[in-house]
Amino acid sequence: MLETVILIVFAMIGVSLLLNLWRLVKGPSVPDRILALDTMYINSIALIILYGLSMGTELYFEAALLIAMLGFVSTVAICKYLLRGDIIE
Amino acid sequence: MAEWIISILLLIGGSFVLVGSIGLVKMPDFFMRLHGPTKATTLGMACLLTAAMVFFSQSEAGISVKEILISIFLLLTAPISGYMLIKSAIHHKLDSIERTKGKDNIEDDV
Amino acid sequence: MRTEAKFKWLPTPFRSLLLFSVWLLLNNSVSAGHLILGAILAIVIPLATNPFRTKQPLILHPGLALKQLLLVLYDIITANIQVALLILGPTKKLNPGFVKVPLDLDQAMPITILASTVSLTPGTVSAEVYPWKETLKEGEEPEQRYLLIHVLNLKDEQELINTIKQRYEAPLKEIFEC
Repeated sequence: MLETVILIVFAMIGVSLLLNLWRLVKGPSVPDRILALDTMYINSIALIILYGLSMGTELYFEAALLIAMLGFVSTVAICKYLLRGDIIE
Repeated sequence: MAEWIISILLLIGGSFVLVGSIGLVKMPDFFMRLHGPTKATTLGMACLLTAAMVFFSQSEAGISVKEILISIFLLLTAPISGYMLIKSAIHHKLDSIERTKGKDNIEDDV
Repeated sequence: MRTEAKFKWLPTPFRSLLLFSVWLLLNNSVSAGHLILGAILAIVIPLATNPFRTKQPLILHPGLALKQLLLVLYDIITANIQVALLILGPTKKLNPGFVKVPLDLDQAMPITILASTVSLTPGTVSAEVYPWKETLKEGEEPEQRYLLIHVLNLKDEQELINTIKQRYEAPLKEIFEC
């Protein structure tokens, strides 16, 4: 049963990644695109965790943690750039 | 038994993540779009990570709790990135839809 | 309100506890070696980083803080279900709006916690703290601070403000005693 459920959830997250991609391409403003990117980061963490589950290995945990940190930092950095025009004030 | 718990948690988590992304596409203006990813996704990820925790705890020797770290991290950072995004949206004077109330509460940027 | 801890060698007790538990979680073990190494890191890192921190109020009532944390976690779950239903429902029926909430808190740390709580709970995202820091003169304190929030489905403005003030702000005031 678990294999089927994992496949269904894979499909769900794949669809949400596609929806995010649509928002990323369509825009219309820059903050919209950043929001779409941020959501993509979080959804890709979900995808990696699920892949680890289906393979039965915990190896991908560190990768997921690193993506979570990088995603947060880059979102904040781009927003800061939009706010002031300089990344480092 | 554990398999049932994992399956239900996975399905709940997946549907919350999906709902968050639907909100991102469906809502008419930026400020309403922000609500989907900041909230629905947080709980969705928490459910998925709890499922992973249960799975690895029952399959291998010893319990595994480190997945909880990602949940805590996402829970702490989601409001902050949401705040930064809405701040930059206000700075860029993005339009909100007509029927938004209290638009004059927004003060002008320095 | 108190900004200095009781012991000089332990400037931020709860952050030390957090560091300790994160170290154990990362290594996923409670063996003696990791316990000792974690304890050393939990004491040395706050001591080393203490000089370049700005002073913030400390948590004075850990019990109350734990209670508030559980309340917020419960609210997050209900909030997520509410927002999910709002998103899946018809978009045209939603009444978004901006609301200004007057704040009684005046320290940066409690305001940050309040803003994060508001962002994570039902249908609201905090947007801005007024007045702008840039418009204030050096060392000047504003008379009244406001928190600007965006609401996904605004029904009763006054009721929302009262809920935020009673449910989330009053306990924070007690926890930090400010």
